[in-house]
Amino acid sequence: MSEIIDLNLVELVQKIKKKELSSKEITKAFVDRSEKSKKLNVYITDNFNEAIKSAENFDSKPNFEKKLPGIPIAVKDLFCTKNLRTTAGSKILNNFVPPYESTVTQNLWDNGAILLGKLNCDEFAMGSSNETSFFGNVQSPIGENLVPGGSSGGSASALAAKLTPVTIGTDTGGSIRQPASFTGTVGLKPTYGSCSRYGIVAFASSLDQAGPMTSNVEDCALLLEVMSSYDLKDSTSVEFKRNNYLQNLNENIKGKKIGIPKEYITDKMPKEIEDLWQNGISYLKESGAEIIDLSLPNTPYALPAYYIVAPAEASSNLARYDGVKYGFRSNGENLIDMYEKTRSEGFGNEVKRRIMIGTYVLSSGYYDAYYLKAQKVRRLIKNDFDEAYKKVDAILTPSTPSSAFKINEKTNDPVSMYLNDIFTVPINLAGLPAISIPAGLDKKGYPLGLQIIGKAFDEQNILNIAYSMQKKIKFKNVINDWWLK
Amino acid sequence: MSIDLKTVKHISKLSRISLDDEKAKKLEKDLNSIFKFIEKLNELDTSKTEALSSIVETKLQLRKDEIKSKDIREQILKNSPSENKDFFVVPKVVE
Repeated sequence: MSEIIDLNLVELVQKIKKKELSSKEITKAFVDRSEKSKKLNVYITDNFNEAIKSAENFDSKPNFEKKLPGIPIAVKDLFCTKNLRTTAGSKILNNFVPPYESTVTQNLWDNGAILLGKLNCDEFAMGSSNETSFFGNVQSPIGENLVPGGSSGGSASALAAKLTPVTIGTDTGGSIRQPASFTGTVGLKPTYGSCSRYGIVAFASSLDQAGPMTSNVEDCALLLEVMSSYDLKDSTSVEFKRNNYLQNLNENIKGKKIGIPKEYITDKMPKEIEDLWQNGISYLKESGAEIIDLSLPNTPYALPAYYIVAPAEASSNLARYDGVKYGFRSNGENLIDMYEKTRSEGFGNEVKRRIMIGTYVLSSGYYDAYYLKAQKVRRLIKNDFDEAYKKVDAILTPSTPSSAFKINEKTNDPVSMYLNDIFTVPINLAGLPAISIPAGLDKKGYPLGLQIIGKAFDEQNILNIAYSMQKKIKFKNVINDWWLK
Repeated sequence: MSIDLKTVKHISKLSRISLDDEKAKKLEKDLNSIFKFIEKLNELDTSKTEALSSIVETKLQLRKDEIKSKDIREQILKNSPSENKDFFVVPKVVE
């Protein structure tokens, strides 16, 4: 069975279509390995028995026209799944069973995929190390007591550990790209408005986007075309022609203009990351791309602006958790007391911190100084990208300022934790698409990623550049199955 | 500017999150370090910049006001921590 889990998504789809493998054989292989891998703590809720039944159903009347025929997929526990508990990694949603399905997951099932289970994540997707989940830390398959990144940490670990062929995450400030970078996998945050937000537990609505996490660029292209759809149930969904990203994947990037922003060169950047970036530039040149130095002058203001906008939106979105209609309730002497105790006991420290920041910046007398100011800075950041894209087709940067760190290394200092997202946050503020691809290992043997940022709705272009770079980089993830020993 | 303990308690009230003194002190420290970091924005002159409230600057789409999910009362109530017949139950609010 060991070879099934080594196959990527595109290969699995081919094998099913050629009837060389059944959905049940594939599903069973991933279920078996998932069951042996409890130490990683990636699943909050599994759906293994149902998944095997669904696979049998698929095999009894297979439809090979589907894009993901009988393919088992585990998803981040931020996507609402009908009749299966959805927690967002929080105690306050510990017992919540959605009566409806998110559009993105519905798109997966409509294309033939089978739900394997719900994956651990930072509470309400607030975190960069998967250490804020009510359901405990996730271990990285890269090394023991190493964080997988966050907030889609369970997704990244499950994918890198081969417990699911591909997975999906959400990205508000880097929550797909940073864990992808930490675990040697591919992660793409689509343009805001590409993938419907309907049925995704909301964090910061003007920044949240769902996206694919895969082991290579081809799988990423295929999964994106299934996830992306125009949806009237999401008022910010954008109607545009979705590509057949996989079919149109093209490694020829001759003549493409790629920008290198000088503001992403930081004082404390490890030499390894600088070298990796230089290698990336060389590969692009070898492929006939033109490298152009450019400036995104407002980059240093992105993270401070994000830590106003995101908590402000979060404090509004999370106001609904009051212990009345669903979720956890604590008993109180009266209604207000019940609200206050429910929210105090139901939310973890990081979530409470962000609700408090958000409440403060939106409170009377501070709105202009903080929230309005941050929205103005957001405009400046978007303008920087608009200017840059008059000269270039895409931008290349590192994905993260460091490789993965140890569990508990950064939990006492929120600002140092926030700095993890310094290269990914500006992209969410500007609503642009960006992909992180694995580009090498540091001297500790931990993966490092490069990020390709595109113009709005130009996912095909960044996938093509990533595809071309993937062929040159020839990255191989080193997973020694430490948790099975 | 810095956030004092009184302000932390005021925000906790607005947020409907009860806080004991120990937690409030820890939050005071955390919030001050975060706001110190945020204050970098004051370096920028934004007096002539228009705020960006949404990245999708198109008109919001209207859809027909139709009932799409019917007979889901039971499913909805099933998630409630406390319900009685067709109602959500909360602590008494009217004496």
